[in-house]
Amino acid sequence: MRHLLDTVHLGREDALRILDVAETMSEVSGREVKKLPALRGRTVVNLFFEDSTRTRISFEAAAKRLSADVINFSAKGSSVSKGESLKDTAQTLQAIGADAVVIRHPASGAAQRLARTDWIDAAVVNAGDGTHAHPTQALLDALTLRRELAVRNGVDPTGRGLDGAHVVIVGDVVHSRVARSDVWLLHRLGARVTLVAPPTLLPVGVDTWPCEVTYDLDAALASDPDAVMMLRVQAERMHGSFFPSTAEYTRTWGLTAARVDALGPDTVIMHPGPMNRGLEISSAAADSPRSRVLDQVANGVAVRMAALYLVLSPDTPTPASGGHRG
Amino acid sequence: MADLLIQGAAVLGDTVQDLLVRDGRIAAIGAPGTLEVAADAERLDAEGLVALPGLVDPHTHLREPGREDAETVLTGTRAAALGGFTAVHAMANSIPVADTAGVVEQVWRLGRQSGYADVRPVGAVTVGLAGERLAELGAMAQSKARVRMFSDDGICVSDPQLMRRALEYVKAFDGVIAQHAQEPRLTVGAQMNEGTVSAELGLAGWPAVAEESIIARDVLLAEHVGSRLHVCHVSTAGSVQILRWAKDRGVKVTGEVTPHHLLLTEELVREYDPVYKVNPPLRTAADVQALREAVADGTIDMIGTDHAPHPSEAKECEWAAAAMGMTGLETALSIVQLALVDTGLITWADVARIMSHAPAAMAGDTDQGRPLQAGEPANITLYDPQAQSVVDPATHATKGRNSPYAGMNVPGSVRHVLLHGHPVVRDGALNTPYDPEEADA
Repeated sequence: MRHLLDTVHLGREDALRILDVAETMSEVSGREVKKLPALRGRTVVNLFFEDSTRTRISFEAAAKRLSADVINFSAKGSSVSKGESLKDTAQTLQAIGADAVVIRHPASGAAQRLARTDWIDAAVVNAGDGTHAHPTQALLDALTLRRELAVRNGVDPTGRGLDGAHVVIVGDVVHSRVARSDVWLLHRLGARVTLVAPPTLLPVGVDTWPCEVTYDLDAALASDPDAVMMLRVQAERMHGSFFPSTAEYTRTWGLTAARVDALGPDTVIMHPGPMNRGLEISSAAADSPRSRVLDQVANGVAVRMAALYLVLSPDTPTPASGGHRG
Repeated sequence: MADLLIQGAAVLGDTVQDLLVRDGRIAAIGAPGTLEVAADAERLDAEGLVALPGLVDPHTHLREPGREDAETVLTGTRAAALGGFTAVHAMANSIPVADTAGVVEQVWRLGRQSGYADVRPVGAVTVGLAGERLAELGAMAQSKARVRMFSDDGICVSDPQLMRRALEYVKAFDGVIAQHAQEPRLTVGAQMNEGTVSAELGLAGWPAVAEESIIARDVLLAEHVGSRLHVCHVSTAGSVQILRWAKDRGVKVTGEVTPHHLLLTEELVREYDPVYKVNPPLRTAADVQALREAVADGTIDMIGTDHAPHPSEAKECEWAAAAMGMTGLETALSIVQLALVDTGLITWADVARIMSHAPAAMAGDTDQGRPLQAGEPANITLYDPQAQSVVDPATHATKGRNSPYAGMNVPGSVRHVLLHGHPVVRDGALNTPYDPEEADA
């Protein structure tokens, strides 16, 4: 795997490989000494054009646990309006000797541009580009779900997909890179995906996506899904007439306490964070024993370790499997 | 100036004729070897070439004044000549905006100095393209530039009352309003065609309805006030239907399509290479097919290149930050051949109509877009439809390297171009410019 840019072009085999390596990596995170020498001497640059402390520290922890040198490059603001272009930044990182660039950028396609142009040779890992893709978030969602199903069925998750699982994704799909990446990845891993949103927050063309679409959250939840994943809704959307009021949104598409009470016994609750408590998710939902939000965060580090490991040493066998070197 | 004899050209791709050029005009036209020619006449072998009236582009961005790093009138008209154009209509979005007699006369004069193609400035409809009040349309019409076509191209005249007044006002001098049909509120932040591809790529959509709703409004306004409306760069199947309906009703409306909208689709956006970022955006294959059929049946009247050169830094960036637009002058005829002639949809006589006669008539040009007949101005393009070449933007005369056809194998080659009888292009290369002062003397 040369780069990790989106999930539309990520095949099932590659996705399973990442998840399986992530399982191994999370063993490392459980140890007292949380470090592997796998990427010793390699340089990983976190190139963040958007504020995202959560994602950045997750990637930083992942790279450090693999013994890579980590450089954090925060370049907030649009490249053209703020001076240095993406091309110049990329060429600078090339000259510094970056082996991998983890990029977060407000423009859809920015990660593709880095990967496809001759600006830089480094491996590119997309940490979220505009409203396009956020593949490591989708992978950590898949890892979280896969574990959940494995525990429930008393099996080892390794090598397994999500065949037969049903996931309901609720909220601002049109502006969500998380939803886009989740739909394709979960579908490829065999899960059935249902999107729930007001029609204004679904993109024109969503009918061609490999998922079902409904406007009715209660009907979707009544089908007893394995997981319900709530997407962050920005209150500013109200000003774009996407919905009349936050109160109406919460009543119709929010995971309220009443809806949590009505869930089937096995449905878990997920959220990519940061949560808008009281808007798309109630505290009753966020703090319920069904919530897997903190598992998602922990799994994020493991998935990002796997992604960095695989783009930087694609031909090496899985690290910790052959003996405990850490 | 000695006489010039063009020998053995297939006029409009049909009958092989000789054309005798004298004093900037076609002196005679007749079967090969039948014309009376002076002994010292220069001869131009046109065997195998199609003779077309010099092409007229109703929609060119020459960038001067203000953005000479992107293009100048000289480099833009050189590109025009190499593309077979003898006249270009320079859009008003220069810096300063071409919204006064002074600026349009400056552009017109720069065109005269260049001598590679006639430059007909397009006047802005509103002051500074701001869409608030009418520019001095009458002063531009009465200037030396004799402006008849007015457009805020790049920006839609979205205020319906202002559009109505503009349409009405230019009737005083048989002017035409060329509308960039884009409902601004429906296209805030728009990056590409809205549909299945934008949904997947997470790029803000530019819906077809934003174009179609403005065209629908404007044809009704034009009908109501009895004015001439020209619709720039029509890009959707729905727009074609509205134009067809309006023409059936007798509305005085003309439509234009770009070569790129006749060939390229939104699928090209998938790699986020901004060379494919253009406004209006590349649409679907169904739109491309509808546009081709609309040219063939006359619903769309003409080709406009919307030649939009940009410096490379404006395209070497992420998609959202990139400028919109593509170069087009030097590839237009090849793309029209590829999309329309080689597909059997139109003939070379139709090419003469859509790339010369119709745009000149729309824009009120009197000595361009004329038929290839004795007594007419000698604006002639000689084109080899059998040639094949690979597009290499680095070799183009335009300063812009933003050609969407880079690396593509395309048919045809412009061999010779006569501008008012003077060969500005010979054997596919630039020759000396035409000197209008000398011609006037």
